[in-house]
Amino acid sequence: MKFIFDRNTWQEIFGSISKNKTRTIITVIGVLWGIFIYIALSGAAQGMNNGFEKVFKTVSMNSMFVWGQSTSKPYDGFKTGRQMRLKLGDVTTLQNRIPEIQFIAPRIVKGNFGSEPLYTVRGQKSGTYPVNGDFPVYTKIATKKIFDGGRFINDEDIEQARKVCVIGERNLKELYEEDEDPIGSYIRIGNIYFQVIGVHKMATGVSFDSDNAIFIPFSTYRRLYNSGDNVGYLCIAAYDDVDVVQVEKDVKSILKSIHRADPKDERAFGSFNLGEAFGRIMGFSKGMTFMSLIVGIATILAGVIGIGNILLISVKERTKELGVRRALGATPREVRSQIILESVFLTVIAGVMGIILGAGVLSLINNMTKDIDFPYTNPTVPIPYVLGALAIMVVLGTLIGLIPAQRAVSIKPIDALREE
Amino acid sequence: MGSNSLHVLKGINFTAESGELVAIMGSSGSGKSTLLNILGMLDEADSGEYTLDGVPIKNLNETKAAKYRNKFLGFVFQSFNLINYKSALENVALPLYYQRIPRKERQERAMKYLEQVGLKEWATHLPNELSGGQKQRVAIARAMAAEPKVLLADEPTGALDSTTSYEVMDLLQKINDLGNTILVVTHENDIAHMCKRIIYLKDGVIVKDEKVKQVRASEYV
Repeated sequence: MKFIFDRNTWQEIFGSISKNKTRTIITVIGVLWGIFIYIALSGAAQGMNNGFEKVFKTVSMNSMFVWGQSTSKPYDGFKTGRQMRLKLGDVTTLQNRIPEIQFIAPRIVKGNFGSEPLYTVRGQKSGTYPVNGDFPVYTKIATKKIFDGGRFINDEDIEQARKVCVIGERNLKELYEEDEDPIGSYIRIGNIYFQVIGVHKMATGVSFDSDNAIFIPFSTYRRLYNSGDNVGYLCIAAYDDVDVVQVEKDVKSILKSIHRADPKDERAFGSFNLGEAFGRIMGFSKGMTFMSLIVGIATILAGVIGIGNILLISVKERTKELGVRRALGATPREVRSQIILESVFLTVIAGVMGIILGAGVLSLINNMTKDIDFPYTNPTVPIPYVLGALAIMVVLGTLIGLIPAQRAVSIKPIDALREE
Repeated sequence: MGSNSLHVLKGINFTAESGELVAIMGSSGSGKSTLLNILGMLDEADSGEYTLDGVPIKNLNETKAAKYRNKFLGFVFQSFNLINYKSALENVALPLYYQRIPRKERQERAMKYLEQVGLKEWATHLPNELSGGQKQRVAIARAMAAEPKVLLADEPTGALDSTTSYEVMDLLQKINDLGNTILVVTHENDIAHMCKRIIYLKDGVIVKDEKVKQVRASEYV
């Protein structure tokens, strides 16, 4: 081991490497390319992974929606084609019967799903916007960023059925002058005046609402538009460790039993499962990560074998040199160590260069994709992966160096020196 | 090689004293190179004894042989065998590297020997920038650098023209004058007569072993 830390050893190795420039460069390129591909690929896969996660960050991944449709089967004396209507009471029933549910937010909407949006006026300016009747719990499922100074609907708003509203970023732009503070001002929605209590920021990535959606308390909506116990649709978030597909099935079967629809009727209630969609995308992205790992390691392997190959050829070329060295007093061990250390040294140098190059390219891609709408964020390769790759290279470099090294010492110096 | 073994040397018995300049002469196939290889521990004799500076040389493994070569022997080859990517100075310093001598001292000592062979100003040149005679002088400097007991020269002038050959022999004679023991294998009569003693080999046996009057190579230069 002392040999490895001897400065003279390295001077000798460095001399041999730097004096055979073509050989060194070709060798280095092989491994450099391998590790570069590995870093760039796995970094890019990670970046895509991060990108998707960022897109889904604003909503609860394990969530689903359910809404009423019309029945397609006669049941319990009812004809087909009966319109299913979700009721507020369903919320409590579902929450009681399905413990996997974390939050349920019933919503009712004007301006979506076929109903007319409402004509909204402030002073000289006006527009037509969808209006949602919401509970505060809605923000637990779909995060709403509210600009400074404002707030979302709270429980007191619901209790007192206050005429307050949260407007969107676009409503603000269309109804207000620039630099005007909307908080506390009044706007007319339909025929009723509402006080603005907050402005929600347009969410990047996945969002349930557009940036011109107006939120008012559910109770206010119900009183003003006479919707009774009716609910437009339910947003349901399950706990993180729960299979949301199962929850979706349970929710629908319970709703069917409450509303007296045929249990086999697939059309009575519609639903959309975000967890499933998200899972599919994440599965794709995980597959990419795995594939990039395999491809990267295979490329590194090819590079290291390339090093071994070139060293083997160079040992043949250097038979005479190694013979001279041994005639001058180099022990087989010294010759072997020199070849192996040359191999390891080249591998590590090439590896480090590849890592730096890969990191450079990753940061370049990151800069280029920063401002465009593409699920790609912060491409990184975990340090253990990098160190692992480096370790693999050193081990393989040593092993592959053993072949030419063994060859070098197996030639008797006398044979090496024999005249051609 | 095959299964038929060929006995190249068939009983050689001689002693070289310290400070001698011995020529081993013979035609091709006479066994002179084999003898030199055995003396140089590059090859091993099937039987017999070999004592170098009072040390019996036998049962050598490669590592031990390498140590002895490094300590006791300096080699000069017909085809110079310089390492082509190393400068003249680095070539000369190489045996010292295997003696674990620090770089600085190594280079100082190498420079001293290069100076001795008259190539100080060529120290940084690569072998392919040197003439044949210069290469052989670098090789001699390299052989001397480790301060060996014996200098073994295998046809040191074989690849050189006669003028250059005499220059090289002149150098070897001067080194011998300093008290170094030198064995030269050659098949050229004039080169052999520049030594102090000639051993004639034929078909693996010594046919003649005589002391001769040394012809100084400097007379021809």
